[in-house]
Amino acid sequence: MLDILIERFNYIPIIILMMTGLYVIIATGNLVKRLVGLSLFQTSVFLLYITIGKVFGGQPPILVDSGHGEDAGHGAETAAHGAETAAGYGADAAHYAADTAHYAAEAVYSNPLPHVLILTAIVVGVATLAVGLALVVRIRESYGTIEDDALNAADYSLETGSSE
Amino acid sequence: MDMLASLLPAGAAVHAPALIVVVPLIAAAIAALMPRGPWAWGVTLVTAIVVAVLSLVLLGQVSTGGVISYAMGGWPPPWGIELRVDMLNVPLLLLVGIVGLLCVIYALPSVADEIGPRKEALFYSAFLVCFAGLLGVTITGDAFNVFVFLEISSISTYTIIAMGAAKDRRALTASYNYLVLGTIGATFFVIGVGFLYMATGTLNMADMAVILEANGHNRVTQAAFAFIVVGLGLKAAMFPLHVWLPNAYAFAPNFVTAFLASTATKVAFYALIRFVFSVFHPDVSFVSMSFTWLFAVVGVVAMMVASVQAVFQTDARRLLAYSSVAQVGYMMLGLGMGTAAGLSAGLLHLMNHALMKGALFMALGAFALNFGVRRVKDLAGLGQTMPASAMAFTVAGLSLVGVPLTVGFTSKWYLVTAALDRGWWWAVAALMISSLLALAYVARLLAAIWMETPPSHHGEIAKRRLAPWMVLAPMGILAVANVYFFFHADPLVGLARAAADAVMGGQ
Repeated sequence: MLDILIERFNYIPIIILMMTGLYVIIATGNLVKRLVGLSLFQTSVFLLYITIGKVFGGQPPILVDSGHGEDAGHGAETAAHGAETAAGYGADAAHYAADTAHYAAEAVYSNPLPHVLILTAIVVGVATLAVGLALVVRIRESYGTIEDDALNAADYSLETGSSE
Repeated sequence: MDMLASLLPAGAAVHAPALIVVVPLIAAAIAALMPRGPWAWGVTLVTAIVVAVLSLVLLGQVSTGGVISYAMGGWPPPWGIELRVDMLNVPLLLLVGIVGLLCVIYALPSVADEIGPRKEALFYSAFLVCFAGLLGVTITGDAFNVFVFLEISSISTYTIIAMGAAKDRRALTASYNYLVLGTIGATFFVIGVGFLYMATGTLNMADMAVILEANGHNRVTQAAFAFIVVGLGLKAAMFPLHVWLPNAYAFAPNFVTAFLASTATKVAFYALIRFVFSVFHPDVSFVSMSFTWLFAVVGVVAMMVASVQAVFQTDARRLLAYSSVAQVGYMMLGLGMGTAAGLSAGLLHLMNHALMKGALFMALGAFALNFGVRRVKDLAGLGQTMPASAMAFTVAGLSLVGVPLTVGFTSKWYLVTAALDRGWWWAVAALMISSLLALAYVARLLAAIWMETPPSHHGEIAKRRLAPWMVLAPMGILAVANVYFFFHADPLVGLARAAADAVMGGQ
C-alpha cells in the first residue's frame, strides 16, 4: 500500500489541491472566494500535466550536441527535427527508448509538450478568472453584494415583487 | 457546390478548413475596432456569409473526396495540430454556419434594442470569438485543441450572456454560475485528455484511437473516459449537469439565446460523440456499458424531468430552455442505443432541434422587441397583434411536440424506429410520454398567444405591430424549414446517416 503511494507521490499534492479547490467552490457563498477555489482546481490540473512530462534523469529539453564527429554532421538536421521529435515522441516509452538510442546518451530529456500545453491552459485560466472577476464587479454594482444567499434573496424578491 | 467552389479564390478551397476558423477570429478583432455598432454588424454579417459558404464548400469536398486532413502550419498530423473534416463533423459545420448566418441577420434590430450603443461593437466582437470557437471545436482533430476552442467559445459566451444585464440583472448571476460550472466541466475534460495522453503519448484523436485499440484499455483510460464524459456532458447540458442552462438562456439577450440554443450545446454533443465513438470504440466493454446504463438512462430521465419542469415555468424563455434540456435527452437516448440507426436518429434530432429552437427563440425575441414581453401570461393575444411572428412560433412549437408535417415528427419517428430495432419498448414509451409533456407546455404558450385577447389600455386594444423584416426573414426561413424538411427529409436524413456510418464504420 505504502509502496503504491510512494511510487505515485507526485499525484498526492495534486489530489489534495484539486479536492481543496472543488470543496471551496461548493462550500463558500462568496463569489470571489469561489473563483479562488476555481483557480486552485485548475492549477492542480496544470501540475498534473507538468509532472507527467518528467522523465527520471531527464534534462531540460535543449538539444545537446555531443561533439562526436558523426553527430556534428547531423547537427543542422537534428536541430531542425529537434522540436518535432521532442513533441511527437513525448511520453511514449517505446518511442522514447528508440529516440535515446538514436541520439547521444546525454540527450535524455524531459517531455516538453505538457509544458507547452499548460502554457495555453494557463492563458485560458487567466482569461476565465478575468471574466469571472469582471462579472463579480458588475454583480456588486447592481446588487450591492457578492454573497450567494443575499443574491438569491434579491432575485427571489424581484420575482415575487414583479409578479403583481 | 462546385459552382460555389469555383467562385472562391484558388487558395480558399484548399485552405478552407483553416479559413473557416481563422476568418471569424480575425474579424472579431476588426469588429472590436469599429466605432459604431452597425459597422461591426456589417463585419459580422460578411464573416457569417464567408463561413456559411466555406462550410458548403467543405461539404462538397468531403462528399466527393472523402476525409480532409489539413496539417496546420505544415506540421504533419500525429505531431502537429490536424484539422479534420469528415462526414461526422461536416453537418455540424453546416449547422453552425447556416444557423449562425440566419442569427446574425436577425441580430441587428434585436441587439440595437437590447445592448447599449457603445457596447455593440464589442458585443459583436465577442460573438465572433464564440463563433470561431464553436467552429474550431467542430473541425479540429487534436484533443487538446478541442479544450482550447471549447474555452474560447465558452469564455466569450459568458460575456455575451452577461450582456443581457441591460434588460435584467439576473443575467449577471446566470452568467457567473455558468462560468463556474463551465470551467469545472472544461477542467474535467482536460484531466481526461491528460490521462489519455499518459496512456497513448499522442494528442491526435485519430492516432489516439489507433494506439488505444492496439494497447487495450486499463484503469487510466477508463478514468479518462469518465472525466471526458462528465466534462463534455456539462457543456452539452446532459441531464443532471444542466443546471446552468435555464437561467443562462432565460436572461441572455434574445439573439444570444437563439444562437446558443441552436449551436453551442450541439457542438459539445458532437465532441462527446467524437470521443465516445471515434477515440474510444463502442465495442469496448465499459463504453458499451455506459451506453445502456448512462446515456440512455440519463436521456430518458431528462426527457421526463426537464419536460415536467418546463410545464410549470412562468418565463417563456425559461420554459423553452427546460425543453432544450429535455431535447438533449432525446439525443442522448439516440447515442445510448449504440447502433448506427440510433446515432443517426440522435444526430437528425440534433439538426431538427436547431431548426425548431432557433425559430422559437427568434419569435420570442420578436415579441420582446415589439412589446417587451417575456412571461407566458404576457404572450396573451399576440396572435392578433403580431400574426406573422406568432405563425412562425406556432409552426416551430408544433414541430417541438412532434406533430406530423413537421421535422419534429421525422426525428421522433426515426428515434422510435431505432428504439424498436433495439427492442427498447420502455424507450418508446418514454418518447411518447415526453411528447405529451411537450404538448402540455407548448399548448400553454399557444393558448396564451391565440386564445386570449390582447391586453387593452384605457379600453383601447393593443395595435398590430409588424416585426422588422430582418427579424421576420430568418425566423420565417427556419419555420418554413421545419415544414420543408418533413417533405424533403432526404438531405438531413442522408447527412445524419452518413455521419453515423462514418463513426460506426466497418461494423
